[in-house]
Amino acid sequence: MAKADFNVPELKQYAEIPAIEPGTMDHSSPFLSKPEFQEPLGFPGELVEGWEEKAIAKLGELLDKYRSLRVYLDACVKCGSCTDKCHYYLGTQDPKNMPVGRQDLLRKVYRRHFTLAGKLFPKLVGAEDLTREVLDDWYSYFHQCSQCRRCSVFCPYGIDTAEISMAAREIMDSIGMGQKYCNEIIGKVYKVGNNLGLPGPALEDTLEGLEEDVEDDTGVAVKYPLDQEGADILLVTPSADFFAEPHVDGLIGYGKVFHEAGVSWTLSSYASEAANFGMFIGSYENMRRVSQRIRKAALDLGVKRIVFGECGHAWRVAYSFLNTLAGPWDFLDPNYPVPQHICEFTYDLLRMGKLRFDRSQNDDMVLTYHDSCNVARASRMGDKPGGQFDIPRAIIKATCNNFYDMDEETIRERTFCCGGGGGLLTDDLMELRVKGAKPRVEALNNLVQEKGVTHMAAICAICKSQFTKVLPFYGMEMDQVVSVHQLVSNAIVLTGQKTEEDEDEEVAEAA
Amino acid sequence: MPIEVNGKTYETDEEGYLTNIQEWETGVADVMSKEDDLELTDEHWAIIKFLREYYEEYQIAPAVRVLTKAVGKKMGKDKGNSKYLYGLFPYGPAKQACRYAGLPKPTGCV
Repeated sequence: MAKADFNVPELKQYAEIPAIEPGTMDHSSPFLSKPEFQEPLGFPGELVEGWEEKAIAKLGELLDKYRSLRVYLDACVKCGSCTDKCHYYLGTQDPKNMPVGRQDLLRKVYRRHFTLAGKLFPKLVGAEDLTREVLDDWYSYFHQCSQCRRCSVFCPYGIDTAEISMAAREIMDSIGMGQKYCNEIIGKVYKVGNNLGLPGPALEDTLEGLEEDVEDDTGVAVKYPLDQEGADILLVTPSADFFAEPHVDGLIGYGKVFHEAGVSWTLSSYASEAANFGMFIGSYENMRRVSQRIRKAALDLGVKRIVFGECGHAWRVAYSFLNTLAGPWDFLDPNYPVPQHICEFTYDLLRMGKLRFDRSQNDDMVLTYHDSCNVARASRMGDKPGGQFDIPRAIIKATCNNFYDMDEETIRERTFCCGGGGGLLTDDLMELRVKGAKPRVEALNNLVQEKGVTHMAAICAICKSQFTKVLPFYGMEMDQVVSVHQLVSNAIVLTGQKTEEDEDEEVAEAA
Repeated sequence: MPIEVNGKTYETDEEGYLTNIQEWETGVADVMSKEDDLELTDEHWAIIKFLREYYEEYQIAPAVRVLTKAVGKKMGKDKGNSKYLYGLFPYGPAKQACRYAGLPKPTGCV
């Protein structure tokens, strides 16, 4: 494991609200984007001349475009309700990581330029000019918000810090101060089709390997088709599902479910990415361009349905914005939701009794479930309120014998972010990621101590990668995080599948 | 930050990855591993070699499954898993081994 060159927070039995320590994270700043990563997204390569006026003009443009932004910047009454709700504040003690502290970084400039009192008596109303120092603070602290929206659940006015962070990042991109991690990745989607930059032949090779593995394991020829024209379902999944563990175990699970359902499905090499980092950087235009790839793939392949794999923010974009970004979807089958989540797909089959599970296959694990922020607070699943909480849990419970929920203050709509969301899943922010994971890991650790929980399941590629990296800092193992469809994959009994008894017989016959 | 290898200078990015993959020579891996206090054995070199061959063909580092499967085939089934790879490269096969092999860093939700 990587060594920490910072203090890893100590896990406590009860969540404590720490005293403030100003400036503990003012050194934390992600790598700046380079011109080569900025330009394909339509942003200036580096900090432009006259950036002060241009940033204010951009803020004005966003205020006109998004009424919500103006309301959020006006409405705060400093009640303090949000101050202890952000995982980054709880993990770092830096008051600028209190949601209100973060909002105020933008609010003070808004007041200076867009309110009468701020124009006339700036000092009286906490209004400030946009100086280089303020800009650097923006860059640092708007990249210490994972846009998880937990604070907004507790704000009596419903102020959404995520939207304020997105606006700030969009302003910074517009003056040439982008973040390398997000912007390089969006460029790869445009160039290759996915965040990782996996070209078609590599995808094909990877999927063929999975087919071999599953057939070796089960004796059933489960297919993982790519670019198959005329298939009924297009699966759009995060490219981490092809590349990383435990993500790939989830992808194997989706394939088994489709196989058992008897539907024809395909992946697309052109739209081989569910993630849409355009949302993280607050850029509607880039979010639209990324989404349009899904539309093109669906039309080119002639599919009737679109299903999304396990990816948190992709599901927010898909569930909440896809119709605006890339619709109308009138060419798809109206009998199914557009789009549909893989958990909804699996859950429907489960309810119809079309899937057989051997729960004992997951008896080596005692499980809990981490609600991913974008699924929990920015979307839904199924046709009942709270489906986004209940459906994944119903799937987990159908596939294993041992399940416990974490403290109710830390799950469902009050779930804590993994600490790596919102475009912060990068090595240059490792200190922030480890500290920000503290509230979630603390709740997990308590369950480990009390109930003997061994594994935590998740339905978001970022959550899975984040926990894989940060759990070892807290003395846990990287493989204690699993995919929900990995549990499905372990427990599902495919029609015609070899059982352990069959294998024993084969060995006996061979002998 | 450039690195010095056998009297030659190689450019690297902020995270220590070689800027130009074509420039790679075995000395690059030697110098990088020395900085991490890691001694490269034949087992390490086998992985580095596989990564470079795979990149040559597919223009991307292999997925973890592809890598563990290839290692399992070549070096025995007990070694075909990520535990073995993390044993060799504690910072992770994708990030540490790719860096030594001169490959770009895998990006995305990984």
